[in-house]
This record gives sequence, C-alpha cells and structure tokens, in this order.
Amino acid sequence: MKKVLVLVLLVIVGYFLTDTFNLIPFGENRIGNPQDEETVAGYYLNNTAEKTSVANTVTAIVVNYRGFDTLGEVTVLFLATTGLGSILFRRKEDEEEIERINKPSSSLMQTGSRVLFPLIALLGIYVFIHGHLTPGGGFQGGAIIATGFLLMLISYKNFKAGHTMLNWVESIAGITFVTIGLWGLLTGGTFLENTLPAGELNNLISGGVIPIIYIAVGFKVAAELTGVLDILLNIKPKK
Amino acid sequence: MITYVVIFSILAVLLVASALYAVIQKDLLAAVISTGVVSLILSVFFYLMQAPDVALTEAAIGIALTTIIFVITIRNTSRNEDETVDNNLEKF
Repeated sequence: MKKVLVLVLLVIVGYFLTDTFNLIPFGENRIGNPQDEETVAGYYLNNTAEKTSVANTVTAIVVNYRGFDTLGEVTVLFLATTGLGSILFRRKEDEEEIERINKPSSSLMQTGSRVLFPLIALLGIYVFIHGHLTPGGGFQGGAIIATGFLLMLISYKNFKAGHTMLNWVESIAGITFVTIGLWGLLTGGTFLENTLPAGELNNLISGGVIPIIYIAVGFKVAAELTGVLDILLNIKPKK
Repeated sequence: MITYVVIFSILAVLLVASALYAVIQKDLLAAVISTGVVSLILSVFFYLMQAPDVALTEAAIGIALTTIIFVITIRNTSRNEDETVDNNLEKF
C-alpha cells in the first residue's frame, strides 16, 4: 500500500515537473538581458533605483518586490527555532548549574572576545541598517551578530543570553514586519506596499519602509540564531 | 586576468579537495572543520563572482554557525564515525 502511494506521488510530481519544463525551450535565456526593459533582469536593474530609491537592487527585490516571500522565510526560521526549543529546551532543575563549557577559557580568549564582541555587533548593525545601500541586509547582519554572541557564550561561563529578552526582541520584530505589511494593505492597497515617501537615492533615510523592515528582520534573525546556539550549548554532554 | 584565473583554479582545487577530505575522514571533528574550509573558499568564490550579499551570508552561516552547531553535536554524541551506524539505520 505504502509503495503504491509513493509510486502515485512520484508519477504526479514527475508529470507536473515535465509539464513545467516542457514550457521552457531548452537553453533559452529566460532572465533576459540587462539592457532590454521588457525582460525581468532589465526591468529590475533599470527601474529599481528611480522607483524605490534603493541603491542595492537585491534588497529592493527581497524586501519590496518579493516581500511576502521574505515574510515566509522569516516564519520558517521562527518555526525551526521554536521546534528546536520545544525539543531541546531544558528547565533548570533545583537551581542546578548547567555546564555549558567544561573548563573556563584562557584569559587570551576571554579578553579577545570581550574586545571583539562590540566590534562584531557594530559590524552586524551596520550591515542591516545599510541594507538598502551596501551589500548585505537583515539576514546577514543578524547572522553576524549571532556569531558575536557565540563568541561570548563559548568564552564566558556565566554569560547569559536571557531567553525572555530574546523572545521579546523576536516577537516585537516579527510584529513590526506584519504591521508594516498590514499598514501597506490599508493605505496603499496591497500587502507590504511601500507607502512611505521614497526619499533621495543613496541617503541613509530613503527607500520608504525597506530599511525599517530590514532592521526588524535583522533583530529577529539575531535573536533567533542566538537562541538556537544558547539552547544547543546548554545540553548536558554525554559522559 | 591571468592572476584571476590562477587564483580561481587554486581555490577550486582546494574546494574539491577539502570537500573530499570531509567525506573520507573518519574523525568527525576533522570532517566538520573541513566543511568549514569548504564554506570559507565558497564565500571567497561568491565575492569574486560579484555576489557580496551571498558571500556575507555564507561567511556568517556556513563558516561560523553551522560548524559550531556540528561541533556541539559531536561533543554530545561521539567523535568517531561509528561503523555500526548502517546496521542501526536498517532497523527503522
């Protein structure tokens, strides 16, 4: 019975895949060339700068043109973190001390990470605040901040990430994203519509809602990844 | 242009070599570090191919976070590849 089901599923998936790929002539350029505005690549490259006032075309596509997909990605990350937390999170029983690291790190490591942590956090914040001007954005900046927290977590025994704080940051960032989307729906007509004034190209405050969304995404990703690392590091090693 | 090609070829060979090393190696910690090296070279590749966005993501996620998550997992399980794993899988 199971094998029959698998076969039927395979046939259905195979039919739709071949059907889709038959529509595309083999070897044809579907993206188009940057000069021709009739094609996708040309449209984005030529119109992004003047329509949205965003210098980084990738950011404009990720947050504005395909903003709903980004909301889905953020939700996937949130669900992954929640699943990991619900499986692995361990409440401290009888005030027992959780051994995150077996022995304290060397003073070289401790001093080094204390010096490096603010710099790494600053770089991460820079990356997601300037997401619409320079390469990078919310996901990248958040991941960079999480690596900074990782450095602190593995070098200091009593460094606490604070799950309540992380959950609050994550929730507020997620609510901000959805609220901006609904605001666009109410004032503009479509979900995540860019209704704020676009501003001037290459200015820090420009691009309407794009920087706000990317800052929210950055905080959310940083909080989620730090939470994952903290949960994983708090598992008791098998003796 | 020639320097570009030379750098590119050396990095490509290193990339394949460290990926193969990760597959062959029985010591899982060495294999994980080797996949970290794969990510490092890959992010340099992304940068050379003018995709700095992807290079940043690969650098932060691939080199630091994934490697550390695997290292934590190895700390909590066992360091050497278990020869009996294949037998255990058949039970499922």
